[in-house]
Amino acid sequence: MKNALVIAGKELQSYFVQPVAYVVMAVFLLLAGWFFFSLLSRFDQILQIYIMMHNVQALERVNLNTMVVAPMLHDLAIVLVILVPAITMRAFAEEKRTGTYELLLTAPVRTGEVVAGKFIAAACFVLGMIVLSGVYAVILALYGNPEAGVMASGYLGLGLLGVCFVGVGLFTSSLTTNQIIAAISCFGALLLLYVISWPAEAAGAATTAVLRYLSLPEHFDRMTQGLIDSRDLVYLLSLVGVALFLTQRSVESARWR
Amino acid sequence: MIEVKNLTKHYGEVVAIHEVSFKADKGQILGFLGPNGAGKTTTMRIICGYMPATSGTVLVEGLDVFTHSLAARRRIGYLPETPPLYPEMRVASYLSFVARLRDVPRASLDDALNRVVRVCGLEAVAQRICGQLSKGYRQRVGLAQALIHDPPVLVLDEPTIGLDPRQIHEVRELIRGLAADRTIVLSTHILPEVSQICDRVVIISQGRVVLEESLAALPAGKSLEEIFLEAISGEGHRSANEEALEQVDAGRS
Repeated sequence: MKNALVIAGKELQSYFVQPVAYVVMAVFLLLAGWFFFSLLSRFDQILQIYIMMHNVQALERVNLNTMVVAPMLHDLAIVLVILVPAITMRAFAEEKRTGTYELLLTAPVRTGEVVAGKFIAAACFVLGMIVLSGVYAVILALYGNPEAGVMASGYLGLGLLGVCFVGVGLFTSSLTTNQIIAAISCFGALLLLYVISWPAEAAGAATTAVLRYLSLPEHFDRMTQGLIDSRDLVYLLSLVGVALFLTQRSVESARWR
Repeated sequence: MIEVKNLTKHYGEVVAIHEVSFKADKGQILGFLGPNGAGKTTTMRIICGYMPATSGTVLVEGLDVFTHSLAARRRIGYLPETPPLYPEMRVASYLSFVARLRDVPRASLDDALNRVVRVCGLEAVAQRICGQLSKGYRQRVGLAQALIHDPPVLVLDEPTIGLDPRQIHEVRELIRGLAADRTIVLSTHILPEVSQICDRVVIISQGRVVLEESLAALPAGKSLEEIFLEAISGEGHRSANEEALEQVDAGRS
């Protein structure tokens, strides 16, 4: 565990002496701001229209959570699909290219600890970014009356989603020496998990169930609605587990070639 | 002490090294010689636990590098062919990262750092970024990371490559000084280097050991160059690859 933290510390340090982390963070937060602004303006416009029309029934249905927070979280999840590969692509690919892989694999450290260290660092970075984007939730809470529980559940979902993406990114990075290949294959895998349920309606009942179960937004959607279901947690956590297990096997197998 | 016994490594069907055996005792510097592609780096990587051998064993201080991998790795300082530096890190923070990775206790971290910085002459560059160092300094930082945990065994893959003549002299002096209570294996292309600093020489060619001898016992009147060329021209020695191919053919028919 100590070794994992030593590696994680070094990784985090490396993130912040290079421009990539700052660019990724700036892009994420700028887009988050833009989504927040546009969703909130739309919310305000609808509110004004209903007030002018004295439509009391409709006014009661207008809700900050479903009209601003949930769509913003969905947008941010898509942004993470694009940005997380940029963070994780270096993890193993770069070490192999520069030869520092030899240092890591000959140090008295288990392969699992190397993977854990890299995971902790990248997950902390992504979670940190998500926490910073929480400033918009705080603004809503200060000036409006969103349901805090629903928001918290949605952010928890986004955090878990980000951690899953990191796991997949580490795995693709461990397969190659080329950062671009690592990033693109991670991006492809994540996007596939995002759209995997699209043909579900046309398929037979059993296939539909499987595709729906594999689909990331199916699980995430419930969390943005404030529903923390153990099935969704199990899905997301097992996705991280499988990704990290495969990464560990992939790093270990490199020794045997 | 390093004991290499019948080490064989195949990459797919390519035989990188075949039945390599040698031994280096404490206080000895063993020069590991051979033409490019002879299997020097492969052997060193196996000794350091980077990858397992196809067959054969390596004992480092009596510990099998495969079955007691972590304990053995703790006792080895390894300088790979390319110094394993993180280009974005500063020299001092890089060295303290390596120290902590190799279980140097926090309390003696500063001492260890100061010691290798002094020994390897890195005072001027301690706060520089690794990626901006000259080749010579990179090599010295590489040496410093191998020494940081004060290991009883040092494995150095071409430690003087890329250095200017004065630095080569310094690094050789340094290695000689380290040898007193350590076991050192170093690979090199430079033959005079071997006669200057090594106690024993192992010549490897096409994956096989063709000569293992203490330097004092080498035939007098012959230069090391002559001995080397004679050994690697290897009359009577078939290459490991040829033999493997024959085995493959035999298996097919």
